[in-house]
Amino acid sequence: MAVARRQTRWHIAVFLAPALIVYTAIMILPLFGTLQLSLFRNIDQKQVFVGLDNFRALLTDPHWSTAFWNAFRNNVWFFCIHMLVQNPIGILLAALLSSPKLRFRAFYRTAIFVPTILSFVIVGFVWKLILSPLWGITPMLLKEIGLRGLFHPWLGMGDTALTTVALVSVWQFVGIPMMLIYAALLSIPDEVLEAAECDGITGMAQFWKIKLPLILPSIGIISILTFVGNFNAFDLIYVSQGALGGPNFSTDILGTFLYRTFFGFQLQLGDPNMGSAIASMMFFIILVGVCFYLFAIQTRLRRYQF
Amino acid sequence: MNKARTSIPRAAAAHAVLIVYTIIALFPVLIVVVNSFKSRGAIFRAPLSLPGPKTFDLIGYTTVMAQGNFPLYFWNSLVVTVVSIFLVLLFGAMAAFALAEYRFRANTMTGLYLALGIMIPIRLGTVAILRLMVASGLVDTLTALILVYTAQGIPLAVFILSEFMKQVSDDLKNAGRIDGLSEYRIFFRLVLPLVRPAMATVAVFTMIPIWNDLWFPLILAPSEATKTVTLGAQLFLGQFVTDWNAVLAALSLAILPVLVLYLIFSRQLIRGITSGAVK
Repeated sequence: MAVARRQTRWHIAVFLAPALIVYTAIMILPLFGTLQLSLFRNIDQKQVFVGLDNFRALLTDPHWSTAFWNAFRNNVWFFCIHMLVQNPIGILLAALLSSPKLRFRAFYRTAIFVPTILSFVIVGFVWKLILSPLWGITPMLLKEIGLRGLFHPWLGMGDTALTTVALVSVWQFVGIPMMLIYAALLSIPDEVLEAAECDGITGMAQFWKIKLPLILPSIGIISILTFVGNFNAFDLIYVSQGALGGPNFSTDILGTFLYRTFFGFQLQLGDPNMGSAIASMMFFIILVGVCFYLFAIQTRLRRYQF
Repeated sequence: MNKARTSIPRAAAAHAVLIVYTIIALFPVLIVVVNSFKSRGAIFRAPLSLPGPKTFDLIGYTTVMAQGNFPLYFWNSLVVTVVSIFLVLLFGAMAAFALAEYRFRANTMTGLYLALGIMIPIRLGTVAILRLMVASGLVDTLTALILVYTAQGIPLAVFILSEFMKQVSDDLKNAGRIDGLSEYRIFFRLVLPLVRPAMATVAVFTMIPIWNDLWFPLILAPSEATKTVTLGAQLFLGQFVTDWNAVLAALSLAILPVLVLYLIFSRQLIRGITSGAVK
């Protein structure tokens, strides 16, 4: 037995190899390849090493930096809307769903999750139709509740387009925080809630004082998932507002900016090196966010074990 | 005791909020499906009413069938999704088994290395992935998409499956070893059947983003022969913007298969998300 232990256990390598090879070749190496490509520039048909010059251009050269900071600001706002609207609604719905003896629970859960499974193409187009002044569904509905005057072509106006698209994205993804928080709420043991009730803590007070502290780790996880998802978003804006993030770049975020820069669009020529620089910036932003979550938030959250 | 938690006004308020949100979630989908069965005039005159005998019209669907190459796109999406899920499950389960079952020196490091992929989106490597695919002549093939989606799905699959594999009883595996089963047979014959529910969960989680992805089909396989349904629908909708019947019909056709699959698997999906917390 001891002899058998010491010999190389080839089966471990066999079990690990396919996953590691595919993952390394298609995901990790290209990621580093992109980082590397961002340090070069195409001068006279040759790739020349320029150090961090692409990044300097991206952050300070007005030709690039105007678009970059605009996309960055829009992306931050996109993320803020999700944090302020999507996650509170998700928590509210989860709290209601987890109330004991609720009837039709499965129906609500299934129905509210439906938008999450639809593709961006469907979601983007459906909302474009619904909000379109041509079709008139929204003005008609607003008229029913006496608010006809409030209607504007929100997706077409620079001031409101980004917020509207962000809200459409909230509509699509609210199911995810709802489900994760719902799971966390279900895992709170009955004894804890009963003890709270014995002490006279019920209803809203029970939610704020007992349940909320217990689900904080899950709220942390949905926040970082939202962050990664938002700073990597592309599809919904591309489908509903086009690759230019119209009107007048008011909905341009880092994902659409990367797409335009890398592949070129209309009069602009594609530039793989600057595209890589933007992708690298997105990588660093996401990395900073994830590290902040792992080291500053997760270690401070108190976990309760039952 | 339980009275405080289930008073009638409280329950009524909870139902009211949930019903309102359910309507918000379903209304846009319903309005599109309902209107896809109406004539052009009726779509604009009375968008909120159901199709009656006078307004019922399938013109949108005939246009979609005549114009788009949808059966082919559908087939492409199906091939890409099914093959990717199969590879993610196979490779993911093998790696998860190695990490959960054996103690070896690089175990933790390998786990962390794979976990990186859960947080960092594969999209950020697109520039280099495209170069790789061009160099290996895989552009405009379904293989390119399958490889990318497999790499994308593996981290989460390994993470979820190894949690479940740790729960498989050691006695069972050791009994297998005493009976002379090889490690491979223990994996395929004993462990895999036991984690089947977890595999179904991973399959559903992997499936949704693959089926709905627009980025990689747009970049790696935009040719007519390799278009997926999502990309095909996007281009079709762009071309037929003014033909409302066709647009509504195409959207409905894109929604229905996903919706049906979801209704079949929703139990599995929800159980997967809330796993360990089922009361």
